[in-house]
Amino acid sequence: MRWLSEGKTLPVLTVVAAIVLAWYVGTFVLNAPFERDQATRAGTEIGFSQLLSRTMAQERPVLPAPHQVIEELWDTTVAKKITSKRSLVFHAWITLSATLLGFAIGTVLGVALAIGIVYNRAMDKSVMPWVIASQTIPILAIAPMIIVVLNSVGISGLLPKALISTYLSFFPVVVGMVKGLRSPEAIQLDLMRTYNASGSQTLWKLRWPAAAPYLFTSMKVAVATALVGAIVGELPTGAVAGLGARLLTGSYYGQTIQIWSALFMAAALAAVLVMLVGVGERLVMSRMGERP
Amino acid sequence: MVKTTAKKASSRTAKVSSKSAASARPAQPAVISAKNLSLTFRTDDGPVHALSNVNLEIGKGDFVSFIGPSGCGKTTLLRVIADLEQPTAGEISVNGMTPEAARLARAYGYVFQAAALYPWRTIEKNVALPLEIMGYTAEERKKRVARTLDLVNLTGFEKKYPWQLSGGMQQRASIARALAFDADILLMDEPFGALDEIVRDHLNEQLLHLWETTNKTICFVTHSIPEAVYLSTRIVVMSPRPGRVTDVIESTLPKERPLEIRESEEFLRIAHRVREGLRAGHSYDE
Repeated sequence: MRWLSEGKTLPVLTVVAAIVLAWYVGTFVLNAPFERDQATRAGTEIGFSQLLSRTMAQERPVLPAPHQVIEELWDTTVAKKITSKRSLVFHAWITLSATLLGFAIGTVLGVALAIGIVYNRAMDKSVMPWVIASQTIPILAIAPMIIVVLNSVGISGLLPKALISTYLSFFPVVVGMVKGLRSPEAIQLDLMRTYNASGSQTLWKLRWPAAAPYLFTSMKVAVATALVGAIVGELPTGAVAGLGARLLTGSYYGQTIQIWSALFMAAALAAVLVMLVGVGERLVMSRMGERP
Repeated sequence: MVKTTAKKASSRTAKVSSKSAASARPAQPAVISAKNLSLTFRTDDGPVHALSNVNLEIGKGDFVSFIGPSGCGKTTLLRVIADLEQPTAGEISVNGMTPEAARLARAYGYVFQAAALYPWRTIEKNVALPLEIMGYTAEERKKRVARTLDLVNLTGFEKKYPWQLSGGMQQRASIARALAFDADILLMDEPFGALDEIVRDHLNEQLLHLWETTNKTICFVTHSIPEAVYLSTRIVVMSPRPGRVTDVIESTLPKERPLEIRESEEFLRIAHRVREGLRAGHSYDE
């Protein structure tokens, strides 16, 4: 039992238990009015135990019970073939592919902009305000326009969705990398000057490695926002496929269980992506001789 | 190597041109020469006269210490020599060239107050950094890293990262880095300032040995009187507001200097003169 009392396991489990309990209470409270209504209409009395069991098993609950969501998740991931349109894995993969492409483009774009800002005075003065302004526009407003505009020039499918991911994910990378590329100390830069090092030598041998921790921190934020971007990008595509489509059809037909399971899938996906970036960070930083 | 021959040629021209310039010490050609050198920083609180009318000749193979209280411009002077600061008036030449040309020709190695090792590079990679930048071949890099690490007694620590070394060892690694390429001037800005006295004594001894074996010209900034007297062939005493040279003391100590020399009468006499010079140029009630 030592592992239980010493590690993080016990506190985490306690919090999870508290959340699940609160959820069940919420399920009961929120779904009860419907059941009472039904009973009144049918002219019957409904006891507490009956009420409790019915609120936990509604077909379209206001708030589905945790076990209903888990059941739906199991049913749509493990019990369905991946190629099936009713498989959540199939939809998650569609969203994930747009996320990863958008994240990759966003990271490269963010790094390129940051290098430009650090090395070019004109860009330093002019680009940053636009980068910040770009993020003040609601993504929900701009996403349909990107889809429509790109569709009219014959680009459809994965790329428009990925570009919406890019739109969200390049921002943390720019901000983090500008800070990171400027993080070397004055004497480390002076040293390069005494060697008469060229701009690109200073970049690759000093600024870039110094910025590595900043890059990974920004990438963790970026990969999560890229997922949000991909989901938002799926909403105006007519809800064909993807986690965004599951959310949209779910809300059309009042399939709250489907919505919640798609939400959990998205959250799990984000957690895994952030974790993978974290693993990459640890690998790279330990190869760069970071103090353990 | 093309680079090395170019450097040799440039130092040869320096000798020729300095023949006419060196007036104070005609016996040795001047490697660094400053005439009426001034530097004024513009700040929000008005101009700061970091250097005012500095005249100085440093010959080949000299070990020159710059000593003075904070704000006397000793670090600024070193940075002007290194082309890290631009003088506002006067002339300065390094190896017979402008400081910029000398920097572009990689005429000097600079050791900073902190070791400034790159934490993501091992010790050998840190020492190899200038060699990579200057385009030495991998084979040549390996040879030079081994040689310079041996020179500062760090053999066996090649694969260690900076954080695995003590402060004194880190500073030795940074000296090795400055020695790795063929610069015949070594500029050192309070390199042992942050170290304890025992380590400092040890490194002073090693530095003297290194200077004897390599015959480099060394400019050494310090605020320790014993360190300046122990190491130098000449001691330049400076004082602040405005930063200026108040005295230049030629050391009469022999080139061979065991640590015990610091208890000799001659040593104490020179130290006394340095102290007098510092006192004259600096009023302590400020």
